[in-house]
Amino acid sequence: MLWEVDVFPRDPADDHVARALVAAAVELGFADCTSARTATGWLVEGELSRADVERLARDVFADPVTETFTAAAVGAAELCTAAAGLPTVIHVLPRAGVTDPAGESARDGCSLVGPRPVAVRSVRKYWLPALAEAAARRLAWSLLASEAIHDVILGPLAIDTLAGGRRWDYVRETTDLERLDDEGLARLSRDRCLALSIAELHAVRDHFRGLGRPPAEIELETIAQTWSEHCCHKTLTSAVDHVGPAGVAHYDNLLKETVFAATQRVRAALGPADWCVSVFRDNSGVVRFDGDHDVCVKVETHNHPSAIEPYGGAATGLGGVIRDVLGTGLGAKPVASLDVFCVAPPDTPRDSLPPGVIHPRRLLAGVVAGVRDYGNRMGIPTIAGAVAFHPGYLGNPLVFCGTVGIMPRGGSDAAVQPGDLVVVAGGRTGRDGIHGATFSSIELTSASESQSGGAVQIGHAIHEKTLTDFVLEASRQRLFHAITDCGAGGLSSAVGEMGATLGATVDLDRVPLKYEGLSATEVWISEAQERMVLAVAPADWEALARVAAAEGVEATAIGTFTGSGRIELRWQGAEAGVLDCHFLHEGRPRQRLASTYVRPTAEAARWATSGMSVGTALERVLALPDVASKAWIVRQYDHEVQGTSVVKPLLGPGAGPADGTMIRGVLGRPRGIVLGVGLRHRLGPLDPYEMAAGAIVEAIANVVAAGADPGRIALLDNFCWGEVRRPESLGTLVEACRACHDLAVALAAPFVSGKDSLNNVFAWTDAAGTARELSIPPTLLATALGQIADVARAVTPDLKAVGHRIAIVGATRQELAGSQAEAVGLVAGGEVPRVDAAAFRAACAAVAAAQQAGLVRACHDVSDGGLAAAVAEMAIAGGTGARLDLGAVPGATAASSADQSDFVTAFAETPGRFVCAVDADDATAFEARMAGVPWAWIGAVLAAPVLELVAVDGGVEQIPLARLARAWRTPAGGDA
Amino acid sequence: MLAPRILILRAPGTNCDHETAHAFERAGGIARRVHVRAFAATPALADDCQILCIPGGFSYGDDIASGRIFALELKTRLADALARFRDRGGLVLGICNGFQVLVQTGLLLADPVTAAPLAALAHNASGRFVSRWVTLRAEPANCVFLQGLGEFELPVAHGEGRFVARSAAEFAALDAAGRLVLRYAADAGGSTNPNGATGDVAGACDPTGRIFGLMPHPERFIEATQHPAWSGRLDPAAAGAGLAIFVNAVRAVA
Repeated sequence: MLWEVDVFPRDPADDHVARALVAAAVELGFADCTSARTATGWLVEGELSRADVERLARDVFADPVTETFTAAAVGAAELCTAAAGLPTVIHVLPRAGVTDPAGESARDGCSLVGPRPVAVRSVRKYWLPALAEAAARRLAWSLLASEAIHDVILGPLAIDTLAGGRRWDYVRETTDLERLDDEGLARLSRDRCLALSIAELHAVRDHFRGLGRPPAEIELETIAQTWSEHCCHKTLTSAVDHVGPAGVAHYDNLLKETVFAATQRVRAALGPADWCVSVFRDNSGVVRFDGDHDVCVKVETHNHPSAIEPYGGAATGLGGVIRDVLGTGLGAKPVASLDVFCVAPPDTPRDSLPPGVIHPRRLLAGVVAGVRDYGNRMGIPTIAGAVAFHPGYLGNPLVFCGTVGIMPRGGSDAAVQPGDLVVVAGGRTGRDGIHGATFSSIELTSASESQSGGAVQIGHAIHEKTLTDFVLEASRQRLFHAITDCGAGGLSSAVGEMGATLGATVDLDRVPLKYEGLSATEVWISEAQERMVLAVAPADWEALARVAAAEGVEATAIGTFTGSGRIELRWQGAEAGVLDCHFLHEGRPRQRLASTYVRPTAEAARWATSGMSVGTALERVLALPDVASKAWIVRQYDHEVQGTSVVKPLLGPGAGPADGTMIRGVLGRPRGIVLGVGLRHRLGPLDPYEMAAGAIVEAIANVVAAGADPGRIALLDNFCWGEVRRPESLGTLVEACRACHDLAVALAAPFVSGKDSLNNVFAWTDAAGTARELSIPPTLLATALGQIADVARAVTPDLKAVGHRIAIVGATRQELAGSQAEAVGLVAGGEVPRVDAAAFRAACAAVAAAQQAGLVRACHDVSDGGLAAAVAEMAIAGGTGARLDLGAVPGATAASSADQSDFVTAFAETPGRFVCAVDADDATAFEARMAGVPWAWIGAVLAAPVLELVAVDGGVEQIPLARLARAWRTPAGGDA
Repeated sequence: MLAPRILILRAPGTNCDHETAHAFERAGGIARRVHVRAFAATPALADDCQILCIPGGFSYGDDIASGRIFALELKTRLADALARFRDRGGLVLGICNGFQVLVQTGLLLADPVTAAPLAALAHNASGRFVSRWVTLRAEPANCVFLQGLGEFELPVAHGEGRFVARSAAEFAALDAAGRLVLRYAADAGGSTNPNGATGDVAGACDPTGRIFGLMPHPERFIEATQHPAWSGRLDPAAAGAGLAIFVNAVRAVA
């Protein structure tokens, strides 16, 4: 019998979901939609009487103080009446097969009360004023449901059972590649979502020709997963012949000879003092922390899934990178997360959206909610992040999630032993995310949402939390030899990687399933979330299973790492597929690519300041989405859980923005971890080298400003690019790789891990029938992981006390191209902000020396919005005024007029500068630390709550701090 | 004198257990983290403990309502063990999710006749999770945990923290009985009530003052460096205001 329990707020005034829905519906044009009611519904199936169901409703579903409920058999009329005047009933429920965490935990709750086991599925219900069916559907799909994961049902539900799925009977399917010409091979790749090139399919065909048999479907899929761009970075590891501004360069392996090579050079130069532990090898990069801990870090992208289902995409993006950390070495404890989103401007007109594209505001709200609900439930503080806006991200938003972990020293040495059991632990396997790895390697189109629905995963944070508790305890007891997460490619990638040399036998029918009906291939490549694969010695299996049971985690031995050098897949004892490990990992044909890059010639700056004052311009700049406060996001994230918080994302009496954020590595110990990110997306189309260099400098400046040791900074790269198949587009990627190399070497900051997401191009046909394409701007996200010996020495940007003097460190040049001043319309064109790596290294050393000596009372790096925005943010954070003497700033080349020279000084975005506040008594000592770097005193902290701008000609403009704070608090891209 | 022992009771989704144990140890206790499964299998685990603490987190995902299933589990499997612990004078502290659990079990604010909860922690008035610092005012009465505390700051991080009583009369009765011992107070910018709680209630205790629950996180302010404006203003080696709550508890049973 299928029952339904609808739970309502006792007081309709508490129905905040209805309130938000009405506001959004009216904004969308449903002017009559002035009231609504909502309920959380539960479909409960089991041998239950009405009394049983009412007992469950009272004990499990409804709060006796704040809620009421209606319980009845599904379809009963009483379930569709809520309030007079609201005849339209909309049900939104997770599609069959889509993970329903709320339903699963409700089932657990019901099992405590009894009397009999039940199945539970959650449903959201909405009652609205009379609407035509088409209008109701449009409203539902615009505001309430996501096509990728939900069903929308208008009126009474007509469901009689929650059971689904039928047993799958084994059939071996093979594909005869010999009978296909190149066109046929291309079609095969496209139709099956394999994302393999013709050259790669030729290699597969030749391999199986040698074996004298056609490949089974499961074998072809395994190869496609392993050879996907997502899993093996085939573009970045290609041989490339490059012609660029710095001349001709030949690479046999682009990534190895740029990013990796830089790390090797830095490590070699450090010699015995090398503090890298494991780089570009494991699921995250590992470096030394203190005497008995190492720290690891990884940043991933989850762009394609987030474009289709923002909430689930972002949540599972975070879930995936958490498992990367958990799956590093013998398991690391996740201690902090970061998230960075790149989306189209919030004011993008709704009628300009290509079909299938989600409006950036809804998208941003969705990804923020996804990170919030997953990160907060995991109990990992989300401490750092950024949001960047650009029209190029309309069809391909970028979602970066990163996690830092701590592990005991020596915990990074993991090695699978022959004879170890293949153990899968955590969530069960369903049809989630089939083809995620190959899907993320191809272009999105307006039809992606319907074509790739199976590729969207929904996270279940509590499964991941219990999995984490289990892995860390099993690691403490040393009950496994190696571990990795089931991410893109599912078991095929996880077992394939762990058994890359030894090989493995896997009995796919032993994998626990969420529901019946998955084929062997689906089991093997499913990207169902919250699973890890462990290599466990048979002698340790019993103890491991005990730990799993104690934590309520399902762990199942599904095979053995054999030593045969082959991956052998079986279904109920019968052979389903056999793959040679050597072919799988070395058989991919390498490509040689041509690449060119010509730097566009800089245009002279064209000013449009017509009578505007610097202060007025500053107000506008502070309100720009890239610059403005992200408080509406930060306040939804728990950034203090685990009790380690030292420098928060919003800080000081005025809750201003931090640079690097800081946590203690281990409770009760002084050593700290500092996180910073850098993103110069607006420079991507202008100069990809300087875009990448600027991002790296920004990330490092962020952590150095907070007090991190400049000699102990690890970097991560995340390349997100548009089309890279043409030589001139590949050239932009090569230039960015070159920048990574040059900066890492010059700053002695090694890259320890990275990831790329290429071909972020959105294709659609517009209303006029024209084929259109939209590509993202070349975007490198740089992440810096810094360390500080004692968190008590942390430095924050908020101004502290009246009378402190303000200094700038680093020269300012007339560089405004791609700046926020350009975004606000003050100027167009001009020079691209250029990194001077040697000068930046010297500036970092000088600032760090002054911090070490305790001379720096506040420190902020200069980035988006230039010097004026930086000083304004310091004043807002400190809740105290400041004077900024623009004429005293060193290095600004004279512009064509004194007026413009003020604008240049205030808003130029020359990278690598710091603003420091210094106690007047320490001025001489500070000056001594600045020997050899361009710097100057440029102001002071004032008692009056104003920002006082002194122009080059001595004119004074005062802007009330409250006005600047109000401008900066414009919620960036949000609904606040 | 032996250091008091604290049982930190965790469930799937509990995530503040380590730092809460750390805070109790800073206060001079010996804390032990115990999974609710293990406690249900061996209720005697609490026998040598003087304090039981349910820390923050999202027990069982909090998908139906915060703390619902954990509370249900305590009521159905551990009601006797908890009643024994209380009756022999043990202290019970619930923080955030732990407060939500205590309220729903009826251990903290129950109708004396029916044992049904007299109050609930409902969705924040804003409808969303909020993470920020608040100013609090303690009105300790007989609450063991808040003795000596006046006005102080702590962080909150919750989506369901709005204290509501079953009726206005019952709120007034709890108020008059000195049970609503912790309130959100104003700072320079006005009220810091983050969730719309009735009467600005942030925490409450049972009639004995030995069972106490609060929405803010005292374990997140046991040292000065956890404050959002500490740098340049507070001595980094100083204690945070939240430590006193743990010290009070440990001293009361030492």
